[in-house]
Amino acid sequence: MTSIEEKFEESKRLGLQIVKESEEDRLMTLSVGPQHPGSGHFRFVIKVDGDYIVYCDPDPGYVHRGEEKMCEYRNVIQNIPHLERPVIHDSANITYSYSLAVEELVGIEVPRRGQFIRAIASELNRQVYTLYWLAIYGIFLGHSTMFMWPTGDREVIIDLLEALTGARVTHAYNIPGGVRNDMPEGFRDRCLSQIRYLQKRFKEYEDIFYNNPLFRQRTEGVAVLSKEDAIKLGVTGSVVRASSVPFDVRKAEPYDIYNEIDFKVQYMKTGDCFARSYVPLLDMQESCYIIEQLLDKMPASGEVRAKLQPNPKGPPGESYRRVESGRGALGYYIVSDGTPKPYRVKISVGSFRNMLALPYLLVGQRLADMPAVYWSLNYWPVEADR
Amino acid sequence: MSANNKEEMNKVAAGSQTKHSSSTSDATAQQKQQQPTAPSTQPKQIPAKPSPPSATAAASAATTTPPPPKPSLASPPAKTQPEPPPFEKGLVEQIKNKFGDMVKVVFIKPLRIKIQVEPQDIVGVASFLRDSMGFDHAESVAGTDYPKDNQIEVVYHLGSYSREELAAHILWLTARTNKDDARLPTLINIYKSVEYHERECYEMLGVYFDGHPRNERFLLPEDWADIPPLRKDFRIKGR
Repeated sequence: MTSIEEKFEESKRLGLQIVKESEEDRLMTLSVGPQHPGSGHFRFVIKVDGDYIVYCDPDPGYVHRGEEKMCEYRNVIQNIPHLERPVIHDSANITYSYSLAVEELVGIEVPRRGQFIRAIASELNRQVYTLYWLAIYGIFLGHSTMFMWPTGDREVIIDLLEALTGARVTHAYNIPGGVRNDMPEGFRDRCLSQIRYLQKRFKEYEDIFYNNPLFRQRTEGVAVLSKEDAIKLGVTGSVVRASSVPFDVRKAEPYDIYNEIDFKVQYMKTGDCFARSYVPLLDMQESCYIIEQLLDKMPASGEVRAKLQPNPKGPPGESYRRVESGRGALGYYIVSDGTPKPYRVKISVGSFRNMLALPYLLVGQRLADMPAVYWSLNYWPVEADR
Repeated sequence: MSANNKEEMNKVAAGSQTKHSSSTSDATAQQKQQQPTAPSTQPKQIPAKPSPPSATAAASAATTTPPPPKPSLASPPAKTQPEPPPFEKGLVEQIKNKFGDMVKVVFIKPLRIKIQVEPQDIVGVASFLRDSMGFDHAESVAGTDYPKDNQIEVVYHLGSYSREELAAHILWLTARTNKDDARLPTLINIYKSVEYHERECYEMLGVYFDGHPRNERFLLPEDWADIPPLRKDFRIKGR
């Protein structure tokens, strides 16, 4: 196993040779995406030597919307609806860390019940995202049952979230100061019964998908990312946890009430595509226990959000807060100059960080393994582009 | 075949869990001991994890008094300058011992340290942070335009995977450059993880990173022919 630097140098050398030396014309350049259904709104240029990929250059930006610039023109509350567009399937988490950063700048104290409810919303939403991702991973490995099942089970949680927040996908529910409205009556029992259903289903996923010999052969030992390389590349989320780095923001830097919750960080040691696809399922199973605990420990009544001024603003300052989203650490760096509008907002997303691993993992793989490697990175193009 | 696989898979998963549970149980126990008297947690007041500090940190912890407990119901922050927590202070002293006045400490908050260096010193400071202090990857690189000072500030948010006691910490390494000729040395040889972040910073803020292999377009359209959009003199149409 060569180091990533060598691999990178080799791929760059081969990539340049096609321009310089005409006898290297056996290399073929392929553009994967942006219309190709295998890549989403994302394009990467690969060069293949026969069946093997020797060069890869990601080219994101097809869904760049300038979220960071838009933030500078709106006040902190107006920013919520458009900030959840980059990843609508995980919209509770992408507004969660924004809320934390704004609360730190403005100095808002969130009521305890509000903290629990928004933790529940974000846990449920992380499962929605992961199920959606799992469905895509299944269909691109030719396993159409695995496309149907998670897509169907995703509806269960979406219905729960609809009861909780009033919207199916983009809720604008987590706001600075807590959550927008209180939990409906009977939500607790409904949530618990659905969680039990999902726990049963996750076992069935293991039987039909993760223990499927075809799936195991396509993913085991493919595109191994060693621990050292994972740290060097700074990848996050399930990608780094699959390479035996037990890092989870909920454990490392507990926000809100996560330091009262007892859970384990799920990680694996092999670092291959199988580990990267199995860790999210382990995360979902752990998340079910977290939700049960949250529902148990939640205060029975109380305020769910702090009272805010019409235009919340704090003293000039800077803050960097992060949460664990479906794709890893999701951080907001906000600079405030004392006005209601943020001076600068930088969103550090897991997809953008995990994209760096793509060229290193793809080089040396067979072309047929490309979807298995690409989707194992838990990459969401719209979020990476922002 | 499939039965074997299942066994093996369960073994892998179980192995990882059991190994980890032993290492985390201490941490959770400590957290539980801390927690029962803290019904109100404001983000600012998350207590720093009681972690084994390094040698200098321990020395400083012995000499400095612990920070006074904050009132639990928040008055607006940042008016008062609270005493920095001992662990963070120890980290800063480690940097200060090595570099002295080359490093300017902007602030020390719980879990967050911001230091500012001159552009020519940033590579040396960054390699010290990586090799001696364990900040092994960059979470994000953000540029901010300050037209009043005619400067652009670039912030590297550095984190650590390899040192467990640093996992909650983010060290902000910043450097400022003149806006008219915005140039900084690249950190790509020290932190591989900044590759795309710096490239994004180049196209969004127009900061040229000396030594970066690809200072070129990344997220913007191919036919972009305007000033870098995150500079303050770029205005969105109609706004």
